[in-house]
Amino acid sequence: MQRILGKEVNRASKNIATERLRLVLMHDRLDLTPQMMNSLRSDILKVITDYLEIDESGMEIALQRSNDSIALVANIPVVKMKRLPASAG
Amino acid sequence: MGEVLVVTSGKGGVGKTTTTANIGTALAMMGFRVVLLDADIGLRNLDVVMGLENRIVYDLVDVINGRCRLKQALIRDRRFESLLLLPAAQTKDKTAVNPEQMKALCDELKQESDYVLVDCPAGIEQGFKNAVAGADKALVVTTPEVSAVRDADRIIGLLQADTEMHHPLLIINRFRLQMVRRGDMLDVDDVNEHLAIEMLGIVPEDESVIVSTNRGEPAVLNVNSRAGEAYRNISRRITGEEVPFMDIEGNGTFMNRLRRLLGLRTG
Repeated sequence: MQRILGKEVNRASKNIATERLRLVLMHDRLDLTPQMMNSLRSDILKVITDYLEIDESGMEIALQRSNDSIALVANIPVVKMKRLPASAG
Repeated sequence: MGEVLVVTSGKGGVGKTTTTANIGTALAMMGFRVVLLDADIGLRNLDVVMGLENRIVYDLVDVINGRCRLKQALIRDRRFESLLLLPAAQTKDKTAVNPEQMKALCDELKQESDYVLVDCPAGIEQGFKNAVAGADKALVVTTPEVSAVRDADRIIGLLQADTEMHHPLLIINRFRLQMVRRGDMLDVDDVNEHLAIEMLGIVPEDESVIVSTNRGEPAVLNVNSRAGEAYRNISRRITGEEVPFMDIEGNGTFMNRLRRLLGLRTG
């Protein structure tokens, strides 16, 4: 009987709703404005160019959503490595 | 001078108009001077919920375009002297009103009233911007459903980003204790956890709301209506009175706390 009840509780649609709500709000709230995206992009550039020479025009950066997570995916073509370590430069 | 409260939700059909009508009527019952402003231009409904649809001569757009004086357009409630309604227009032109005009109108209305309640249209576009333009405080209505909570979250974000109303108050409508008990409805804590704004009240799902809408008599007038009681409590909280309900961490069993929360007898 308890097992049946336990199973019932696990299947309760409330739990499904809670989980879906959590994910949908996470996605909604992570919608960066174009301005925020631009400033993130330029901050990333600032850091990276201390180490690498990159092709700025080919740089792609975006939030990628999958079913249960969000990732910041950046594709940044490297032209060449800098000769000196950042700390020395 | 009074206070302008906008009743908003993002999603349609969660009970904004019912909430506006009931809170407004309850505040008038308490003796306050109240103006109900239907900002849902093109989809006028507050008049019907209030049972005042046969008295409309002028509307919001007439006032804004100067076709009549403000006092001519305000409809006095049949039951309460101190309760007035400014109906929305049925025009299709959504650009008939702009936020500056709405703000000026709200400022004028609150000169001679204690509370101005603005019934906001669904959505986040022009109608929403008009409705919030003159408001001092926002009441966000949601139901315990994923879609309604999601839209409420969006509305809270917009209020915080684009207006001075950084602390909107939450009303959970159509709460069904039986379904929560079976685990088939989001409970108050679930909604609170996600939206994280101050709770103003919880209104149980109640058939008497439909009956009262059929009749054009807000549920707060019915002493036996549980939803009516919840709205009366919410209205008292709006006036600053401390009406206990959020005893979620207090003593008693979960169910008893919920029953108290909903104004049910705990036996």
